[in-house]
Amino acid sequence: MSEAVVVSGPLRGWRSIATWVGAVIVGLAVFCALFAGWLVPHDPFQQDLTKRLLTPFWMEGHNPAHLLGTDQLGRDYLSRLIWGARISILIGVTVTIVSAVIGIAMGVIGGYAGGKIDDMVLFAITTRLSIPVVLVALAVVGLMGSSLTLLVLTLGLLLWDRFAVVARSTTMQVRNLDFVAAAWCAGSSRFHILAREILPNIASHLVVVATLEIALAILLEAALSFLGLGVPPPLPSWGLMIAEAKEYMFFSPWVIVIPGVALFVLVLGINLLGDGLRDMFGTRTDP
Amino acid sequence: MLRFLLRRLIVAVLVAATVLTLAFVLTRLSGDLAISIAGPNATQQDVDAVRKAYGLDRPVVIQFFDWVGRALLGDFGESYFFKARVAALIGERMPVTVSLGLTGLVIALAISLPMGVLAAVRENTWADRAVQAVALLGQAMPSFWLGLILMITLGLHLGWLPISGTGSWEHYVMPGIVLAFSAVPALTRLTRAGMIQALGSDYIRTARAKGLSRASILLKHALRNAAIPVVAIAAVQLGFMLGGSIVIESVFALHGVGFLAWESIGKNDFPVVQAVVLVLAVIYVALTMFADILNAVLDPRLRGA
Repeated sequence: MSEAVVVSGPLRGWRSIATWVGAVIVGLAVFCALFAGWLVPHDPFQQDLTKRLLTPFWMEGHNPAHLLGTDQLGRDYLSRLIWGARISILIGVTVTIVSAVIGIAMGVIGGYAGGKIDDMVLFAITTRLSIPVVLVALAVVGLMGSSLTLLVLTLGLLLWDRFAVVARSTTMQVRNLDFVAAAWCAGSSRFHILAREILPNIASHLVVVATLEIALAILLEAALSFLGLGVPPPLPSWGLMIAEAKEYMFFSPWVIVIPGVALFVLVLGINLLGDGLRDMFGTRTDP
Repeated sequence: MLRFLLRRLIVAVLVAATVLTLAFVLTRLSGDLAISIAGPNATQQDVDAVRKAYGLDRPVVIQFFDWVGRALLGDFGESYFFKARVAALIGERMPVTVSLGLTGLVIALAISLPMGVLAAVRENTWADRAVQAVALLGQAMPSFWLGLILMITLGLHLGWLPISGTGSWEHYVMPGIVLAFSAVPALTRLTRAGMIQALGSDYIRTARAKGLSRASILLKHALRNAAIPVVAIAAVQLGFMLGGSIVIESVFALHGVGFLAWESIGKNDFPVVQAVVLVLAVIYVALTMFADILNAVLDPRLRGA
């Protein structure tokens, strides 16, 4: 199958608008994550059983002190939501750093070396793709006990495939260009060529992959936390908030609507931003 | 062609062997299995008894080859919790997971194919953009959350479908919709790209010049060619769906293999967990192999790769 032509360049019209919307959403979430301590109106861990399941501002009988109401233990929902942004972004970024290091190293080495080494890298990617991610992540966390570090390492070790695929194919494209040959003629070491000549020239493509991976990691963390094997309580992860509120969802649907919408909007924002970057750099991310 | 098939088969076997090893390592991560099985209140004697009963007192290498040898014959040992053969447990639950996966795939194709064709025919118009927007929304949707929202709306308020459980075909509709959501973005984009490419090719121009009807050109000529990669990716997506069904089966209390794995993880039932990981991985490997071979059969240009 011949490759579709990818047009790169500045974005116009609705694509540019979509990218800006994504950038604003991501910016807001990052702001919440960084300054959560100052932004929260209440302590997100403070329980008050006299104020359980207060309704949010758009419903009747809401309490003006709690804009988004309170959860089943009387904790302020807005504060937990803001704190949850911090957990989501923290996990999204750290998981992506771990997987980027593994995937880029494998992809660049395989793409540059070719031959047997490349075959091994391809085999590792194929094997990785055949492993059911959610199941294995659940099993590791379930068998070893849930902690943030373990969660990040597990997901990081499972999500490097797209980094490896894109790093490998883009390295193959720049490998034979003149500046790489020039560095080789000048007697540069192999490490120097990989780190100083090839890596900076494929970096833009890897940034696009990173945005997609952050979005994926955030969704996976939420799913794992929802199943009770992700972020340990009482940390307010959005997935965990949905899990804890599940019992009450038929009577007070907003308890799951609020964290779910937050999750959806954040992931959508990251994807919009990533798609915009992809069009600008002309990256192909599908394997 | 024969060389291609052979190469592909060897890779598949090697991948399966690697996963077999990983599945074994996975369950040894938590340290001493005997202590976990015996439970928190066990005495040293209990632990020793468990260790002997399950053969955990043997060297790890022996345990590994024993497990591999049995697994190759389809014997995954006995479940610690259910007190039943693991193979029988998985066999019992597999039809539920496969039904769910196929339901999801059918729904996903029913949505993606028309949307992809529409977007391609009306390329760069509002219809195209709307389709791409739907794909983007689908990509950002947390599946477990969508499941809960459907339970509240379709289940509780409208009363159209049962909220959870395993019983009639109706129990598969909501989880099927949720599972389909994960595959719709990729399938839609691929259909769109394939159709755009097909519509721009010479044989479509010829068909137009012959004066064939628009519908005949679209469905008979263009879609048939665009469908080849879509069918192949659909097989791969089915593999992903079966692997990802653990979340959806837990949400809807659908008693398939994923639900079994989730229960077993909570109960430290290692033989079941490692067997489910292995079985799902092998199914995925088989499906991707099928997709590659299908591509090669239908498109001879790919055979050299």
